[in-house]
Amino acid sequence: MPKHTIDPNKWIDLYSDYLFNYTITRVSDRDTAKDLIQDTFIAGLKSMKNFKGDASERTWLISILKRKIIDHYRKINSNKGKAEVRMTYNSDENEGDWLEERVADPFDKTAEDTIENSELGDAIYDCLSKLPEKQAKIFKMKTILNYETEAICNELNITASNLWVIIHRARVAMAECMQKNWL
Amino acid sequence: MKKSFLFISCEEAHHICDKSQYGEATLWERIKLTIRLTWCKVTRNYTKKNKALTDAMKSSEVDCLNDTELDAIKTQFQKELNNQ
Repeated sequence: MPKHTIDPNKWIDLYSDYLFNYTITRVSDRDTAKDLIQDTFIAGLKSMKNFKGDASERTWLISILKRKIIDHYRKINSNKGKAEVRMTYNSDENEGDWLEERVADPFDKTAEDTIENSELGDAIYDCLSKLPEKQAKIFKMKTILNYETEAICNELNITASNLWVIIHRARVAMAECMQKNWL
Repeated sequence: MKKSFLFISCEEAHHICDKSQYGEATLWERIKLTIRLTWCKVTRNYTKKNKALTDAMKSSEVDCLNDTELDAIKTQFQKELNNQ
């Protein structure tokens, strides 16, 4: 008997943020990420009959998304081979190079940094998905989207003290959830 | 004995600590929190964990969809869902 059930009506609310964060760390372009998760949801809808229930809905959607990301890069690569001309400052014959441009950029990210960030992002969304819906929404608005306290209170029709109580509970739960591997 | 005006409860200290993670604690609140931190181990532990969470959130550069973007995806998906 399948362990997991499928209900596309809840997909957007439950998985959009997780899928978006998963994608944005891999494609680095907001619009492309949005298109890819949109395609993923639609592909999921069309192949719902293939869902066996062995894995959770989220895992199943992620497996579709992974294929979409690979297809995206294949598409980009197939456009390569067209002329690309790059002017470099660093050829020996050129003089007057900016020295600053020759030294390593301390803010430049290494591949390890990117992988670690994307894993940390996945862990954050894992923990966020375990919070009650309202707590997760308010924590996300305040901490990730950086909304002003007043804006959140107005939008959700809650008082500031109510907001801080919810934020406190969310932060305690998040810290607990992430403590094992990340804090 | 009357409590000093510098005294804050543990709950209040946690509340100030939460606000300071978002840069919303006043200078006076931060001073009171600092004083409590010198003697309260519970507040110290809470502050340490809270700050670690803030650092993790910042370093992850985690991102999410805003309401407008989410609504656009919802609308499009709803159309597909209705066509099923």
